[in-house]
Amino acid sequence: MKSAPFTYHRPDDIDEACAQLADDPDARIIAGGQSLVPMMAMRLVRPTRLVDIGRISSLWYVRDEGEAIAIGAATCQCVIERDPLIAAQVPLLATALPWIGHAATRARGTIGGSISHADPAAEIVLVAITLGATLVYRANGVTTEIQASKFFTGLMTTALPPGSCLTAVRFPRASGNVGVGFHEINARRSDFAFASAAAQVALNDDGSCRALTIGIGAITEVPFRLDSIAAKFSGKPIEEAELRTAIRDALDEIAPMSDLHASAEYRRRAATTLAVRSVMDAARGDQRRVH
Amino acid sequence: MSTETNVELQVNGNLCRVAVEARATLLDCLRDNLGLTGTHVGCEHGICGACTVLLDGVPVRSCLMFAVQADGYAITTIEGLAPGPGELSVVQDAFCETHGMQCGYCTPAMILTAQALLANNPEPTREDIVEAISGNICRCTGYAQIVEAIALAAERLRGLNRPSEGL
Repeated sequence: MKSAPFTYHRPDDIDEACAQLADDPDARIIAGGQSLVPMMAMRLVRPTRLVDIGRISSLWYVRDEGEAIAIGAATCQCVIERDPLIAAQVPLLATALPWIGHAATRARGTIGGSISHADPAAEIVLVAITLGATLVYRANGVTTEIQASKFFTGLMTTALPPGSCLTAVRFPRASGNVGVGFHEINARRSDFAFASAAAQVALNDDGSCRALTIGIGAITEVPFRLDSIAAKFSGKPIEEAELRTAIRDALDEIAPMSDLHASAEYRRRAATTLAVRSVMDAARGDQRRVH
Repeated sequence: MSTETNVELQVNGNLCRVAVEARATLLDCLRDNLGLTGTHVGCEHGICGACTVLLDGVPVRSCLMFAVQADGYAITTIEGLAPGPGELSVVQDAFCETHGMQCGYCTPAMILTAQALLANNPEPTREDIVEAISGNICRCTGYAQIVEAIALAAERLRGLNRPSEGL
């Protein structure tokens, strides 16, 4: 359980980090290292060079950018978890964060690390896809933006080009009367989820649904949204039985992953129930008025 | 590849300069270079919590961090808690009193995690305590006495700053 040898570099800024990455095709970025270090310990990956961006302080922030709330890629999960701006403006992210690992791993794990690692069961990845986040990366001195829907290309694979470094994640600000819900199931608290669901509901003043977004994680190689359902409830109150049927029908169309821990059929049933719970929490339980 | 890097760690209040390979974890550095074997090696991939230390007062897994990453940080291990030789900290004493351990393997990490919890939350509820130690696996106790130990330590620490009655 010891990593293969590598050289360690701690650049002062992001462009220097990109240059060091470009120098060695087997180089990897490390920030918190809470996913990378176990993979190195198990020799699933053997980078020859680690470029540590964890101390580049220009990547540590949570800030209001008007339409969006931007988070620097090297911002620790424990910081985001306690940030009042996130609680008020990106409540789905605030709700999902305590589900990630344990307090001791959130103390080191970063938002950019989770996004770049792109684990299908990652809570931050699910929230980014559900809310339609924008990912910002830097390569060769150029900053590029990409939508979450195009960023996650497969199992633990992203559209990040070689030699590039994720610098920020932008979440759209919640507006109006918004409720959120997040649920996942796993063998033990904080282990990898077998199925997860996130929901954000914007309600009209009469309690009817103005906008509904549902995301499903951990059952396919990349988390996905159930956009076809949203239209069914627009302008109407959300009824649980009707919702369950709609979600079940939508999930019948997909082929979930199957492994020793959970069969495809189990994942489909679990995801249905978790999605219903998340939407119902969002629609009636956890409403927050966001100004 | 195997060249060593010099790192400076502030361990239990002492400045330590050590030369480590880049791939040496903070856990290996504490045990092998500094002889602080109270930090226990468990799973070495971040699941069991036995290697927990405090990094600037915050519990982290020392197996999930390379020693080179810890350069310049203040690290507290179990060896740094007792106020003097032969003495126990309030949390350590509470673990002894309530039998909050059997084999003792998870104990240093449990105590450090409890220490960090109580530094930030002097009046934790049972749920707060359970949540705080949820990342630390104990195969012996069933956790009940550990929770009891932390609650007792919290009560005693609150009492430390209270003036004696009748004075």
